[in-house]
Amino acid sequence: MSLIEIKNLHASVDGKAILKGVDLTIKAGEVHAIMGPNGAGKSTLSYVLAGREGYEITEGSVTFDGQDLLALEVEERAAAGLFLAFQYPVEIPGVTNATFLKEALNAIRKTRGESPLDAMQFLKLIRAKAKDLSMTDEMIKRAVNVGFSGGEKKRNEALQMAVLQPKLAILDETDSGLDIDALKIVAEGVNKLRGPERGMLVITHYQRLLDYIVPDVVHVLANGRIQKTGGKELALELEAKGYAEFGISDAAA
Amino acid sequence: MSGELTPTHSAQGTSASFIEQVKQAQPALAPVAHPWLACFRAEGMERFAKAGLPTTRNEAWKFTNLRGLDKLSLSPAPDARSVPVDAIPTALEAAGPRLVFIGGQFRADLSRTQGLPDGVLLDALSAQMAADPQGLADRMEGLLARFPGADHPMRSLNAAFLADGALLHVPAGVKLEQPVELVFLAPAGVAAAWHPRLVVLVEDGAEATIVEHHAGQPGAAYLSNIAADVAVGTGARLHHYKIQREGTDAFHIATLNTHLADASTYDTFVLNLGARLARHEARQVLGGEKIEARVSGAYAIGGDQVSDITTLIDHAMPNCTSREVVKGVIDGKARGVFQGKIIVRPDAQKTDGYQLNRALLLSETSEINSKPELEIYADDVKCSHGATAGELDEDQMFYLRARGVPRDVARVMLIGAFLDEAMDEIIDEQVRAYFRAAAAAWMGTERA
Ligand SMILES: Nc1ncnc2c1ncn2[C@@H]1O[C@H](COP(=O)(O)OP(=O)(O)O)[C@@H](O)[C@H]1O
Ligand SMILES: [Mg+2]
Repeated sequence: MSLIEIKNLHASVDGKAILKGVDLTIKAGEVHAIMGPNGAGKSTLSYVLAGREGYEITEGSVTFDGQDLLALEVEERAAAGLFLAFQYPVEIPGVTNATFLKEALNAIRKTRGESPLDAMQFLKLIRAKAKDLSMTDEMIKRAVNVGFSGGEKKRNEALQMAVLQPKLAILDETDSGLDIDALKIVAEGVNKLRGPERGMLVITHYQRLLDYIVPDVVHVLANGRIQKTGGKELALELEAKGYAEFGISDAAA
Repeated sequence: MSGELTPTHSAQGTSASFIEQVKQAQPALAPVAHPWLACFRAEGMERFAKAGLPTTRNEAWKFTNLRGLDKLSLSPAPDARSVPVDAIPTALEAAGPRLVFIGGQFRADLSRTQGLPDGVLLDALSAQMAADPQGLADRMEGLLARFPGADHPMRSLNAAFLADGALLHVPAGVKLEQPVELVFLAPAGVAAAWHPRLVVLVEDGAEATIVEHHAGQPGAAYLSNIAADVAVGTGARLHHYKIQREGTDAFHIATLNTHLADASTYDTFVLNLGARLARHEARQVLGGEKIEARVSGAYAIGGDQVSDITTLIDHAMPNCTSREVVKGVIDGKARGVFQGKIIVRPDAQKTDGYQLNRALLLSETSEINSKPELEIYADDVKCSHGATAGELDEDQMFYLRARGVPRDVARVMLIGAFLDEAMDEIIDEQVRAYFRAAAAAWMGTERA
């Protein structure tokens, strides 16, 4: 069964067309990668799916787990099981990671008809997940992303994903800003989440991440459209040849 | 130094009939026999009649218009002794000393003054006016002498109606373990005016905590016009907190003068949530060396409310530190006013002054008037200030919502986080938690 079905999606910002007919279907259990040059519209696609304001959907549809995704509020999409790991995670001074994640998890549990976790249960859960990602207790108590290095921010995204257990995780350039050790830890966290009922959309500029999160399908997004789709070997090909074939002279490596 | 906050006031703009009404209301007070106290009232009346209400033509009042105040009934509240009271607010878990006033009138039956350390005097002004008027007059006179030229029309009006209030005198070296709560409640549905006076002396090496509560219900246009005189002795520490939740048809005006001696610490915080118009005007005179003054506040307002926090931090002597963080959340058609003046006089070398003022505007029609003012006459000082106004951060909202946090909860989280930066200035943990909860309750009703 398809987890998400994106059909002929067009989106523009301030009247400027950025997505120009994206078609993409991910089935439960699959990991897809989107590669593409800078400015191709990769982040735009991820924001449109997550429901960020400021994008006008001019054509097309997105069905997520049987629902019209574009009709849902941002938080409803999260509750439905969509998760976006941000390319640039946002700093929120004055709100601790723990408070933030507890609110988020319990809000999602509520819409699923599950009872909220109490402080003790939550702490136990978050500690275990943080440990998997080599994050300290101190990082959990800090304000959301405040004073975090680039790599720590990405790890924090992975932590949130591990706690919220989404059906579809979209990772927008999660590899940027990560050194190789951190990359391995984060990839391991992502791989842990892989399962027959879940899907992943891994957006990356470089092939490197795909050595650790091995995709089933690779797409090339350029100029607002999926230009080519193939197996994991497509990533290696792009690494070698760049995106010139798609009319863009942006070497991938 | 002559009244920086209060340039010459003129009676122009205040209708003669209002001043007439004020004069007529005054004889309704219980007479006071003590000559100094009687004179204090009479002079207050005289000065107010001359000055009238401040108008926006006065620089210090240019953002805050008292229009509407002259339409209020200025008669004192009817006898409050039998007014039933169901809940008395407290910031504390354990029952501590407190004075309760209803409509400005002392309610001994609701107050607790037992169990204080020897020599500590905590009593209502009305009680002291009967029991020891000379002692009260001496204390008030001694305090006033510390603020020469601090003439102010609202203080004059307060003086003209001197009838009740609170006296706290902590002798040298005595430490009050429990905070003292001063609770001023408005009787429901009463349109009247009261003018509580606070007389606070914390002598050398002593320590005390005061929590003022001011609360009322919507639906009554009353005026609570407080004046406070505070002295903190050498090496003494005073924590002075205030939460203002007057009814939304009320005027709340508080004018405070605080004198700090060598090596004293003054930690003060005001939280403005209520009133149609609230002005908290606090002057701190740093009259010694090595003083630490923390003068902060927060407000959260909506509808047609106005919250005005006006402060003067007067560095007169060297080697002192002052720190001021004032933050406000403004919704609806409400308006916040912050006027923060820091004077560093020629002798006040090595002054370290910090001021931050931030406003969060929640609606298109909300407004902030911010006027930081640094007047520095010494050359070896460190002073910084910053003022910003902005809206809720859309990226932060999106991030929270993208994790499943509903929009209204996300708003509350971000507003709470915004105010916390000010609330963190409150040293007393219990009070900090109580003030935070009060702000959270405001967000709850604002959301509904
Ligand atoms: N808010 C915006 N306003 C105007 N143009 C935008 C905005 N966001 C993205 N764009 C433009 O859309 C295009 C795609 O951007 P983006 O989706 O961030 O690309 P990618 O993630 O693939 O590098 C770029 O040309 C970018 O400049
Ligand atoms: Mg991008």
